[in-house]
Amino acid sequence: MKPLLEVSDLHVTFRSQHQEVKAIRGVDFTIGEGEVVAFVGESGSGKSVTFQSIMRLLPQPPANIDRGQVLYSGRDLTKLSEVDMQKIRGKEIAMIFQDPMTSLNPTIRVGKQITESLMRHQKLTSQEAKNRSIELLKMVGIPSPSERINQFPHQFSGGMRQRAMIAMALACSPKLLIADEPTTALDVTIQAQIIDLLKDLQNNTGSSIVFITHDLGVVAEIADRVAVMYAGKIVETGTLDEIFYDPKHPYTWGLLASMPKLDQSRDQDLASIPGSPPSLVNPPVGCPFTSRCPYAMKVCQEQMPEVTTSSDSHQVACWLQHPDAPEVKNPVASAGR
Amino acid sequence: MTQPILQVKNLEKHFQLDRNKVLKAVDGISFEVMPGETFGLVGESGCGKSTTGRTIINLYDTTGGEVLFEGKNVHQLKGKNQKKFRRDMQMIFQDPYASLNPRKSVMDIIAEGLDIHEIASGKSREEVVYELLETVGLNKSHAARYPHEFSGGQRQRIGIARALAMEPKFIIADEPISALDVSVQAQVVNLMRKLQKEKGLTYLFIAHDLSMVKYISDRVGVMYLGRMAELADSDELYKEPLHPYTQGLLSTAPIPDPIQAKEREKIRIKGEIPSPLNPPSGCRFRTRCPYAMEVCAKVDPIWQEAKPNHWVACHLYQDSNPQ
Repeated sequence: MKPLLEVSDLHVTFRSQHQEVKAIRGVDFTIGEGEVVAFVGESGSGKSVTFQSIMRLLPQPPANIDRGQVLYSGRDLTKLSEVDMQKIRGKEIAMIFQDPMTSLNPTIRVGKQITESLMRHQKLTSQEAKNRSIELLKMVGIPSPSERINQFPHQFSGGMRQRAMIAMALACSPKLLIADEPTTALDVTIQAQIIDLLKDLQNNTGSSIVFITHDLGVVAEIADRVAVMYAGKIVETGTLDEIFYDPKHPYTWGLLASMPKLDQSRDQDLASIPGSPPSLVNPPVGCPFTSRCPYAMKVCQEQMPEVTTSSDSHQVACWLQHPDAPEVKNPVASAGR
Repeated sequence: MTQPILQVKNLEKHFQLDRNKVLKAVDGISFEVMPGETFGLVGESGCGKSTTGRTIINLYDTTGGEVLFEGKNVHQLKGKNQKKFRRDMQMIFQDPYASLNPRKSVMDIIAEGLDIHEIASGKSREEVVYELLETVGLNKSHAARYPHEFSGGQRQRIGIARALAMEPKFIIADEPISALDVSVQAQVVNLMRKLQKEKGLTYLFIAHDLSMVKYISDRVGVMYLGRMAELADSDELYKEPLHPYTQGLLSTAPIPDPIQAKEREKIRIKGEIPSPLNPPSGCRFRTRCPYAMEVCAKVDPIWQEAKPNHWVACHLYQDSNPQ
C-alpha cells in the first residue's frame, strides 16, 4: 500500500505563562492510500490534537509543533506557508467533527456552507456549485436536498447535520478524511447509519479515513488498522484483528476488558483500569501507564520502553516485550479465535 | 411475596409548550421495580427516559397516572412523609461537571442533605462525610477541595457519595457513566454494584448504552417516543428481543469484537425518531419499522405479556394476529 500520510517524531506542546503541557510526545505513524485507521484512547491522550496539529488548526501560540515531520504526498505540512496550507485543507485533507451543531455556522444556509469550498478550490460557478451540493446532499442520504440546501443548520436534526458535514467534507473529493468522533454525539441507530454511510463512501471513492474515537465497538465496525494512544504517545498499533485478538499492551487489555460484551456474565465485576492518566505538565520519565499498570516493573518507572515489532503491522511499546521480562498472559484472552 | 418498592402506573407527563402545542414526553407507561433489583431504562434521546426518572422522583408533577413508592403516591406526599421520601430516593446525574456546585467544597456538597434534614452537624457531620468519601474510593483529604480539582470519574464518585449521604433505599441514575472515559466507566459501574450489594440499594438505571445496561440490570425496559416498547429480564431481552425496535437497537449496538460485528445479522432502523410533538398514529415505531403492516398505522398496539414476564407492545404479537 502506498503511504499517503507519514508522520514521524511529532511533538506538540501547549505553552502558557505558567506551564507547558506536552500533549504529543513523539508520535510516528503512516496512513496508506485507501486505508481506514482508527485512533483510540481516553480524553487527553492526544488523538485529536495529533490531527489538529497536522492540519495546522491549532492556534500558535499557545500550541507549538516542537519537532517532527508530517509528509503528505512527499511534502512536509509543518513547513508549508498558511496560503499553501489552505490549498490542502478541504481539498486534499478534509475533516469532520464531533459536534455538528458547533462546527456548522448557524447563520449561513447549509447549501452555502457546502458551496464555499467548491467555489474556492474547484473554481466552480455558483450555479455549478449549487447543483453539486444538491448532488452531495443526496449522496449522503438527505431527503429532498434541493429544499434542504436553503435551510439553516438548526432546521436539521443531529444525524442530518452530521450528514451535511460529511457532504461538506467530501465536496472536493479529498484523499484523506479525518473524522474526529463523528458519531459520539449521536444515538445508536443514527450512529449505525453514519458508519454505514462512511463505509459506503470509502468503498466508492477509495479515500483514506482516519477515525478518531474512544469507542472500541465503533472501531470494530469500521477500521482496517488501529493505533492506541496514551498520554501523548502511540502505545500499540496493529491490524484490527491483531489489536482485538492478540493485543500486547496492558492498556489495550484494560480498554478491551472494561467494555462489557453483550454476553457478559453479571456475576463478575468488570475489569477496570484503576486511577487516571498522568498529567502531561510533568509527564513521567518512564512508561506513562506505569502508575495504572498491574504488571509494572522497576524499569517501567525509569525508562520509556522501546517500540518492538511482532509482525509487519503490529508494534507495541511495553517493557513486557523485552526478552528478560517475565511472561504475562493477556488476561482478557478473547484469543482462541 | 415481596411487594414492589416502586410502582409506575400509566404514567403521563405532558409539557404544554404554547396554547396548542403539547409535548407528550411520557405517554402512559407502567412498570414495577422490586426491592434490591436494578431496573434499566433504555432508548434514544427524546424517548422520555429521563423525564420518567424525574417524574418518579417528583421533580415534575404528573399529567396522568401515578407513581407509588412503598405503596404511597409520591406526588401526594405531605409533611413528614414527603421529607422521608426525599431521603429515601436519591438521584445521580449524567454530567459530573454541571451537577456539582463549583463554589462549594466537597465537604459542603456531600453534607448538604445532612444539613437540610438536620441529620448531623459539627464533628459527626465531618465523620459522616469522611466515611462516605472512603466508601466511594476517595479519601479524607479530598473533603476540603473544590469540584474543579477532580477528574470526571472522581466527580461522579462525589455525586454518588452525596446520594448515599441520605442512606437512600432507591437511587435513580440518569446516564451516570455516559460522560466518562471507557476505563473509568467500568470503575463507576463496579462501585455502584458493590454499593448495591452492601447496602441493598435499588437502582433505576437510565442509559442509552445497551451493553452496559444489560450488564448492570436485572430487568430492562425499552422506551420509544414516550411509550414502553418492551420489558423483560435482561438476559431474556437480549437473547430473544420481540419488538422490532429492540431487535434493531441490539443489532446496531457496537460490539468490541470485529468477527462478531461482521457476522451478526444487522437489522437497520431507517430514518430518525419522529418529533414527539406530532407522533405517528397507531404504533409510534411504524415509520421506521421493517415489518410495519396496515394495522400498525390504525391501531395502537396493546401492552401485553407475550411470554411470562416478557411484555411487548407490537402488533406482531397481538393475539388477533397469528405470527
